[in-house]
Amino acid sequence: MDYLDFEKPIQDLEEQLQKTKDLEGETEVDMSKTIREIEKKIASTRKEIQQNLTPWQRVQLSRHPQRPYTLAYIEAITEGNFLELHGDRGVKDDKAMVGGWGMVDGQPIMFIGQQKGINTKMRQYRNFGMPNPEGYRKALRLMKMAEKFNRPIVTFIDTPGAFPGLEAEERGQGEAIAKNLYEMAMLKVPVICIIIGEGASGGALGIGIGDKVLMLENSWYSVISPENCSTILWRTWDYKEQAAAALKLTAEDMYKNKLIDGIIKEPLGGAHNNREEIFDRVKAEILKHIGTLQKIESDKLIEKRITKFSKMGYVKE
Amino acid sequence: MGWFKRNKEGITTSTKDKKETPEGLWHKCPKCKVIVSVEDHEKNLWVCGNCEHHDRINAKEYFSILFDDGKFTELNPKMTSGDPLKFEDTKKYTERYAATVKRTGLNEALTSGYGKINDRDIVIACMNFNFIGGSMGSVVGEKIARAIDHCIKYDKPFLMISKSGGARMMEAAFSLMQMAKTSAKLALLGKKGLPYISMLTDPTTGGVTASFAMLGDINIAEPGALIGFAGPRVVKETIGKDLPEGFQTSEFVLEHGFLDFIVKRKNLKDKISQFLDMTMPVTETKTAVAK
Repeated sequence: MDYLDFEKPIQDLEEQLQKTKDLEGETEVDMSKTIREIEKKIASTRKEIQQNLTPWQRVQLSRHPQRPYTLAYIEAITEGNFLELHGDRGVKDDKAMVGGWGMVDGQPIMFIGQQKGINTKMRQYRNFGMPNPEGYRKALRLMKMAEKFNRPIVTFIDTPGAFPGLEAEERGQGEAIAKNLYEMAMLKVPVICIIIGEGASGGALGIGIGDKVLMLENSWYSVISPENCSTILWRTWDYKEQAAAALKLTAEDMYKNKLIDGIIKEPLGGAHNNREEIFDRVKAEILKHIGTLQKIESDKLIEKRITKFSKMGYVKE
Repeated sequence: MGWFKRNKEGITTSTKDKKETPEGLWHKCPKCKVIVSVEDHEKNLWVCGNCEHHDRINAKEYFSILFDDGKFTELNPKMTSGDPLKFEDTKKYTERYAATVKRTGLNEALTSGYGKINDRDIVIACMNFNFIGGSMGSVVGEKIARAIDHCIKYDKPFLMISKSGGARMMEAAFSLMQMAKTSAKLALLGKKGLPYISMLTDPTTGGVTASFAMLGDINIAEPGALIGFAGPRVVKETIGKDLPEGFQTSEFVLEHGFLDFIVKRKNLKDKISQFLDMTMPVTETKTAVAK
């Protein structure tokens, strides 16, 4: 397990626990009381850290190397009954954007999401979860297919941004995202979007127009990453913590500002600490919302979706 | 061959060209450095007579060029931004905002209005680059949304003139959601069968490119404008190489298939009219004029 800088007290305690256990094994002296005490201390420390997380620390958690990514969610939720589909039918198959049909308790769903790599080699293969225009076009193709067969869509958002490369510009990164916003507004089927990690700007929003937009407790969603915000406004990376706070990018703030529809609670210490638990919660949320949304007629669904996004903003007249 | 290559124009400016010109009388073209009187520059629609460089202009100037006799009714002129996030970087957002209002005499980075273009009704929204880099916050998004509502209500075509660095950071996710809002409204405009012309001017980047600016029935641009999603500096850092010449210019974007045509400022009004003649219902007055 990797520990983040602010998790140092937990790391120390875990090490202490391991040492005590080893000692018990070697000396055959009963240390169960000490072990219990340390375990209790770990739990209380975790809770304390959790309660006092700063926005920047949540950003760190959202990028935890062991955090489950899109395909892990899909595999778990569909119990392996997942038919992955590839390609945008124009240029290529974008490995940073995955998608396909999945069956969840007898309900067919179109799953789409940005995918990060689980190790160094895969991170490169997945382009660090930064899609090219083909990724957004592939996503739109799959959404249109879901609409054709009248099936709900679930998107998992986890990206540091759309890829800012030369070819991406040549092939119209801006147009690809814009088209998705336009088309998603008018989709006749229910759309649920869940930010599971990083929700950076247009690259996230490009698959983020939904009837229900939910955020995991330790994910973030904003117009720019704290580092880039710091670079632009303070002209150095050093103010990323202030930037994270200023951007109000946490699930709690986003919900308070009525920019998302709900928060999914994570296990203590973050989603990576108990994968089964977070998979179960996400699955339950998906099924719950699909149940309600499927009862709404498509015209009404579209109207409600557009009205919701039209209300977002803060102006004085 | 030398060890160093000069990439930037203007470094070799000779001393005589560096003379300060008195404010308000003369205009020096930022590209070719030719000097003309401000009056002549305005007569030439703020385009250099020597090198055809299209100077950056704002809503006021575009409206004077496009609306018949320069006459229009402004929409939501009093709308201003709040500070929903109490945003503060090196300066408070409210202070930055107040200073910009004072300096520019504008209320926001976008002005919208309705009037006539060659006798035909039209709604135009135009961004003001001098207002926090033409950045899109809640007001810009809301004004576009209301302009589109006006189009839908009165069956008018919509012209959007973009000129922006992208979303406004100081309104963070509120700014981001304006991309969703404007795109959704455009979808409704499209459903109603009304034309949408997106005009991209120098510069159009970021969240503006990734939403309404790329969604026109036709996307058009002025010559030589910078148009892209990521800014050139970011792309350069990403690829770790110098960018090819002409990268992200109007001409580059046209070549890659994301613009319908490039239009010089002096032809803009007629080109727009021509497109509306093809797409809007033929009115009796129009037919009468044609006869």
